[in-house]
Amino acid sequence: MEIKKSAMAGTLESSDCMVTVEEGEGGIEFQLESVVIHQFGNQIQKVVYSTLENLGIDNVKIRIVDKGALDCTIRARIEGAVYRSVEQNTNLPWGGAIRE
Amino acid sequence: MNNSNKKRLRRTMMFLNVQKPSLIIDPYIYKADSLILDLEDAVAENQKDVARFSLYHSLKKIDYRGCETVVRINGLDTTYWKEDIRAAVAGGCEAIRIPKTEKPQDVKIVEDEISKAEEEFGRSQGSVLIMAALESARGVMKALDICDSSERLFGVALSGGDYTKDLQTTITGTGIELMGARQQIVIAARAAGVQCFDTVYTDLDNMEGFYQDVLNIKLMGFDGKSIVNPRQIDIVHKIFTPTQKDIIFSEKVVKEIDSKKEQGIGVFTVDGKMIDIAFYDGAKRIINLAKASGVYKGDL
Repeated sequence: MEIKKSAMAGTLESSDCMVTVEEGEGGIEFQLESVVIHQFGNQIQKVVYSTLENLGIDNVKIRIVDKGALDCTIRARIEGAVYRSVEQNTNLPWGGAIRE
Repeated sequence: MNNSNKKRLRRTMMFLNVQKPSLIIDPYIYKADSLILDLEDAVAENQKDVARFSLYHSLKKIDYRGCETVVRINGLDTTYWKEDIRAAVAGGCEAIRIPKTEKPQDVKIVEDEISKAEEEFGRSQGSVLIMAALESARGVMKALDICDSSERLFGVALSGGDYTKDLQTTITGTGIELMGARQQIVIAARAAGVQCFDTVYTDLDNMEGFYQDVLNIKLMGFDGKSIVNPRQIDIVHKIFTPTQKDIIFSEKVVKEIDSKKEQGIGVFTVDGKMIDIAFYDGAKRIINLAKASGVYKGDL
């Protein structure tokens, strides 16, 4: 899947995160700001890369401001931003590209 | 279509906004019987698209520890509801709540979409149940037809906010404006053999008023109540769980009727009260409710 335009999903409330995606420059460029970066930075990075892989995205600039979100919330916000960027909100691939 | 969850205990059905992660990650700690993961009114119009991703992953990842997961989809007059059903069924929800139900056909078209989604996502046919919310004068007047509309339908719920608006009155806190609808819904549900649930009580600072409201709807015959705050759970459970006195009396009634039937005796007394076969189903219902609530230790 190709990122078509900048898009954002999520909030800065506790237990949530805000994800911004935009067209990449030939690879994945990941930027993280988190209240728990020292404890969970590596884990968050793993979740981000695995979600992007599921979605078939290898060219994106992705920025996450995390407020203590669980893995499942991070996945949901990334997918939300990505599908906003391609303007698709029906016939979504639940259980396919969108999965745990 | 036989789904053993159809008659499960549903004293409390707690609404949760699926767009708020802080609300949906651990609501099971409050021990409501059912959780209503809301994609409709609680989710702002410009967040409808992303709320479904939260819903899907919550259903997949979070162990709700026995709390039933019901998803309130968006109204059938929107462009959202079909995708809401796909996300909910793919995620593994146990039931779909239809808002603003006005006719049996509303249930039928939702049932068709659920059936398609069950097929698409490899779930067994009939595994997802339906409940219908009645939110208008027309919906309430059609209550019996709606209750009879589908094998999947486990119950109907009154939604007081929209209903009173349609009736051109307001929520007073006394229940007077809801009296007719409540009675109609209980009667329709009982005639059709499905469950019925009362509307939310939103004045969270008036716990005394809430207590009285729950007491009234229990006496009217409702199976449970929609709630909006965990503080309301204990009160509803306390009122809807049979007392030890009720349980002991019901146990005696069931056992006496069983034994007297064998002896050919139709009318007799238990604890000074005249009892006949008409008391049997009521007594059995109290024992079953006590069992489901985890307070029955007897051998029936």
